[in-house]
Amino acid sequence: MAKYSLKINGKTQQIDVDPSTPILWVLRDHLNLPGTKFGCGMAMCGACTVHLDGNAVRSCSLPVSAVGKSSITTIEGLSAKADHPVQKAWLEHDVAQCGYCQSGQIMSASALLKSNPNPTDEEIDAYMSGNICRCGTYLRIKEAIKTAAKK
Amino acid sequence: MENTKTYNRRSFLKSSALAGGGMLLSFSWFSEAKAAEKVAQLSFPEQWSELTAYIKITPDNVIKILVPNPEFGQNVMTSLPMMVAEELDCDWKNVVVEMGTHDNVKYGPQFTGGSNSVRMYWKPLRNAGAAARQMLIEAAAQTWGVPTSEITTKAGILSHSSGKSARYGEMAAKAATIAVPKDVKLKAPKDFSIVRNSKKNTEGVKVVTGKPLFGMDYRVDGMLIAMIQHPPAFGMKLKSFDATEAKKMSGIKDIFSFKLYDDGFEQGGFDTRAFNEMIAVVGNSTWEVMNARKKLNIQWEAAGDVKDTMNGRGGKREITVPGRLETTSRQFEMMAEYAKKPATQLRKDGDPESAFKNATQIIERTYNAPFLAHNTMEPMNFFAHVQDDKALVAGPLQAPGWMEPTLAKLLNLPADKIEIQMTRMGGGFGRRAYGSYVYEAARISQKLKAPVKLIYTREDDMTYGIYRPMYTATYRAALDANKNLIGFHVTGGGIPENPVHANRFPAGAVDNYLADGWEIPSNITIGAFRAPRSNFNAAAEQSFLDEVAEAMGKDPIAFRLDLLKRAKENPVGKNNDYDASRYIGVLELLKEKSGWGKPENAGKKRGVAAYFCHASYAGHVVDMVMRDGQPYVESVTSAVDCGVVVNPDAARNMVQGAVVDGIGQSFYGALTHKDGAAEQNNFHNYRMIRHNEAPQKIDVHFVENDIDPTGLGEPPFPPVFGAVANALFKTTGKRYYNQPFMSEQPKS
Repeated sequence: MAKYSLKINGKTQQIDVDPSTPILWVLRDHLNLPGTKFGCGMAMCGACTVHLDGNAVRSCSLPVSAVGKSSITTIEGLSAKADHPVQKAWLEHDVAQCGYCQSGQIMSASALLKSNPNPTDEEIDAYMSGNICRCGTYLRIKEAIKTAAKK
Repeated sequence: MENTKTYNRRSFLKSSALAGGGMLLSFSWFSEAKAAEKVAQLSFPEQWSELTAYIKITPDNVIKILVPNPEFGQNVMTSLPMMVAEELDCDWKNVVVEMGTHDNVKYGPQFTGGSNSVRMYWKPLRNAGAAARQMLIEAAAQTWGVPTSEITTKAGILSHSSGKSARYGEMAAKAATIAVPKDVKLKAPKDFSIVRNSKKNTEGVKVVTGKPLFGMDYRVDGMLIAMIQHPPAFGMKLKSFDATEAKKMSGIKDIFSFKLYDDGFEQGGFDTRAFNEMIAVVGNSTWEVMNARKKLNIQWEAAGDVKDTMNGRGGKREITVPGRLETTSRQFEMMAEYAKKPATQLRKDGDPESAFKNATQIIERTYNAPFLAHNTMEPMNFFAHVQDDKALVAGPLQAPGWMEPTLAKLLNLPADKIEIQMTRMGGGFGRRAYGSYVYEAARISQKLKAPVKLIYTREDDMTYGIYRPMYTATYRAALDANKNLIGFHVTGGGIPENPVHANRFPAGAVDNYLADGWEIPSNITIGAFRAPRSNFNAAAEQSFLDEVAEAMGKDPIAFRLDLLKRAKENPVGKNNDYDASRYIGVLELLKEKSGWGKPENAGKKRGVAAYFCHASYAGHVVDMVMRDGQPYVESVTSAVDCGVVVNPDAARNMVQGAVVDGIGQSFYGALTHKDGAAEQNNFHNYRMIRHNEAPQKIDVHFVENDIDPTGLGEPPFPPVFGAVANALFKTTGKRYYNQPFMSEQPKS
């Protein structure tokens, strides 16, 4: 076990866990932030996507010991009132079916738009292909990203 | 949770339900301890008037609608309340929605699956809304001293010609004391103002802000995390294990083996379980449990043939589950061997033997498909807190009512001492109709006498699933010298289930028709999967019909329409379980909307298929291109007849999702075995369709009619497989008989 001080959603949080513990489980089990989802545990589905200094990372494969002073943003910290342009676009296009993958999709999409405010269809496809949706909401996700890009 | 201080609520509700004829109409004050978030923000009073089992109204005019069925993405948390609100005649803006408690007496079956939710609740929920509206009118009539016939309602306002008016909230307390009307008049479809008007997902904000909606997110203080180690292969069982090292790992509370069912346990129809004895690893946190599990030292052995007692669908019987360790290549060989044996006749019309004997041309094709894993994005999980005299279980479950009797038996508790809370499900697709993971959680909690959440890893979820069965079917068509279709024969089989729907199209459309089937028993556990038999049949039959049309020199849509015209005007045989007119309607709409046969589409590589299942009709035209050397579905036109479309935009979402899922499953889906062990265990070796592989465009069109609504979970899915297969032929010049289409399959 080891003590870590993590910057999460603008707040510094102290935890005492095994250094190998993935951020996913730190968030879910130790900090009660369950918006970040467990899907595969091997960075193949994107359900656990969070931002590490603004970049999308798969938190299931990011050990707590590797985070250092970087700041983490989770779906809970993306906006105070569900008013991030990507969240608003998701609601406008009524994207979700079961909804389980959507926090990961939203975190990927918001990181994409931060680095590339006006992505082409191909760029959206390429960036978002790490996030699986079994319900098949990909078309609406793409539309929502385009809507958010305009704002 | 409701306040239960003054009486036993369950028994109270039971007696009320008898009077209400299936719909509970109770009228009582309840103290609402935990109001929905929206309600809290608006600082409403704590008291709600309950007008029916489904409706509660505050004096401030907030209308809470309770949803009977668990949500797994089919949008019931929105569509079902819309049906209530329509007849209640309230303003949708004032509606808040909440998942109901599990109470089959109060709410009916509460089963999500089989495309049944909207269909099953269409009348009861509208009745509930209309009854509550009538009670509000009665309350206003008494208050104002005027006849009920002079009171009208609109958007949650009661009005009288004298100029008096009141919001529902003002009359709710009084209305709740009024006798419930037995017969209520429902609106005509032309008067709908909420139904048929798209409403946003009522849980949309919670989804996009990551609120804890799912079973995986369920937690209580002091809760332990549990995982299961199951045998590595179907046909294996636990011999012995040593947990000394694992128990030393940090955060580990206990490690033990347990039996799911006692010897001789009579399994219900949805008690399917792959393994009966497993090892539970329980600890403080998920990562600690995952790591400890790796330190287990376990010996497994061949289970041999296992005797099980079944007492579900099909009545009480003993079955022998074969101990064979299955390998996929051998599974295909066995299916080919069985296909040559005499099969069980399922339907026969006319004289198919003579038709084939007299045929000028016989077309015969065989289709194969592998097992499919559900791969819901939320792996199986469940919370359980079993105590001496009661139990609480909570999590993702499609049919809690089916699990309750088994839980009662396993825990030796009366059913009314078991509370089942239904969380939102991160996908279901049939998988969560089978509750063995609920029982596992309950067994573990029972042993530890502690609150426990059982979590499957993706590997657990994929390697001991309840798969879509493995299927094969051989279709034969007999053509005469004039290229008329004079005979049709389908023989189908599978491991362990035969896929043939003997009374579906083209039964009823061909004079000489034969359907038969066979099955190979197996230890690989199977179950519902977004219409498992239909999604195989639609792939096989709809590609076969395409090939027959080609041999006859007919357009594939024209050919289907000719057959359906025959089935409509002069059906062959009895028990045809489809309505030929609605089938025709879908094909005609599809033809029109896709511009089928139009000169501007002449260069397109298109495939068409239509299918009927779960009471709805659906068809697709798939436009395919070659992209980077691979076939790619670029756009899709869909036509669906599901009667009244309750929430059109969400319905389009469902159809679009089914199309994407169907393309993915038919292109890539496969769960194969080697010596009983699943060969795929996560998304690196089980390929799922991804963003870049989804079509650019899916246009969805609904047949407009006033027929009572039917579901959309299954129906649009099966025909995707057939349309994709037919488009593949146009694109590549090659017919695809074996799924998944994008990988090599063993030859049949």
